[in-house]
Amino acid sequence: MRFFGLNRKIIRVLLGTEYAHMLEYRAEIALWALSGVLPFIMLSLWNGSDARDALGMDGVGLDRYFLSAFLVRQFSVVWMVYAFEDDALTGRLSPYLLQPLHPLWRYVASHLGEQLTRLPFAAVITAIFFLIQPNAFWLPSFAHFVLAWLATWMAFSIAFLLQSLIASLCFWSEKASALERLLFIPFLFLSGLLAPLTAFPPFVRTLAQWTPFPYLIDFPARVLAEQPVDLLAGFAIQLAWIVLLLPLVLLLWRAGVRRYSAMGA
Amino acid sequence: MGRYFKSLRRFWGTAVASQLEYQLNVVIELVAVGLSLLGSLFMLSLFFGPGRELGGWSWHEALIVQGFYTVLDGMASTWLRPNLSSIVTHVREGTLDFVLLKPIDSQFWLSLRTISPAGLPEIVLGLLLVIWGGHQAGASLSLGGIAVVLLMLLAGGLILYSLWFLIAATSIWFVKTWNATEVLRAVLASGRYPVAAYPAPLRLLFTLVIPVAFLTTVPAEVVLGRASTPMLWLGLGLAVGFFVASRRFWFYALRHYTSASS
Repeated sequence: MRFFGLNRKIIRVLLGTEYAHMLEYRAEIALWALSGVLPFIMLSLWNGSDARDALGMDGVGLDRYFLSAFLVRQFSVVWMVYAFEDDALTGRLSPYLLQPLHPLWRYVASHLGEQLTRLPFAAVITAIFFLIQPNAFWLPSFAHFVLAWLATWMAFSIAFLLQSLIASLCFWSEKASALERLLFIPFLFLSGLLAPLTAFPPFVRTLAQWTPFPYLIDFPARVLAEQPVDLLAGFAIQLAWIVLLLPLVLLLWRAGVRRYSAMGA
Repeated sequence: MGRYFKSLRRFWGTAVASQLEYQLNVVIELVAVGLSLLGSLFMLSLFFGPGRELGGWSWHEALIVQGFYTVLDGMASTWLRPNLSSIVTHVREGTLDFVLLKPIDSQFWLSLRTISPAGLPEIVLGLLLVIWGGHQAGASLSLGGIAVVLLMLLAGGLILYSLWFLIAATSIWFVKTWNATEVLRAVLASGRYPVAAYPAPLRLLFTLVIPVAFLTTVPAEVVLGRASTPMLWLGLGLAVGFFVASRRFWFYALRHYTSASS
């Protein structure tokens, strides 16, 4: 039984090899994990600022929110467009296209392998955070944990599809990663990585909610931090973005492959 | 010395000529700079409101800090990123051999080989923001004051360069240090806000260990005429110290360079 060229054996082999591959680069991945400290810098700023009360998160709520934002970011970070651009430019993509497996699965597997490698480093950073801020310690209930895991996974899917959309443009332009920069800027400011969305003025918040960005960090982080949040609406909108993006990606990909003329052969 | 100036002119002339080949990238870069500044200003505005301050800094004063950050960020994209990120590639592909064989200082070559005009609009926007913020905050600068501002900005730039170069130089051993520069960039982002807004331990870290304070906060204090003289001397001292350290470290690293294995 195959689903988009996948069966259980292929999944096992793909994940196994990608995980082994990523373990080779664990020092590098540790540094990547460390480069996600931005939410902690912002937390220390918010904690000392006059504007803290306007955030609607009392006591340790804000600490937990930013720690959750850090964790969600760690496990939803996507770098697919860079890997893909490299593969397309060096011609490694050509053999992938010949295989009876959608090449996108390969990138999904390598992201999952990377997330697994990242796990211990993210855990260490979390432990250090709790050592510094013992008051903020909490264990989310099992239900919240599962929901947060699901929300993070959905966030990863949306981010992955968004980047695949840009990556598909690599078939037309050689420098599509420049476009990724344009996508990253609104993500940075509207996702909730630097400030919870409740800090935004109402019209900006409304505007942000029409973009996928708040559902990449703010929503999953709120679920993990056990902040009050509309679960049903959040998951429904995440799902809606996936349903909207998936056919677009597949269509653009198919059109792109038809144009592909193999470089570096 | 004349040889170095002549080389520099050639380096940058060719770099600009090749950059202008990619005109679409220039447009994308311009849009990105505009959006990024807009986002930063929006984020900064969240900390302010009627009667609110950030670490004792008013909105217009904080704008000066943001302006200096933008200037340095522009400097990083015109000068530091294009040059220093290629050191890793030179080490990995063994082309560092060719650089070392040239009859010119290797640190000079690696640090100034190319220039990317894409960051120039950012520098201009940053300076405009500094001037506007300074004007609104009621700062008045004499000619001497402007000279001190420029001097401190230069010191900040030198600190930034030295830190970046130190990390890039470790690629002699570790080859892949691209990620270490990402960590540095993440920490440098703290320079968007006045250092007084951070809790005490972080303030110490940002003043002495990773001297982010001297990149943006101190020049802004000079503009506002409230910089303390010892801080200025400390900044200049750190700039010279970091630069000497980066140079020493480079020569030390070169002694361990064994060229790329074939």
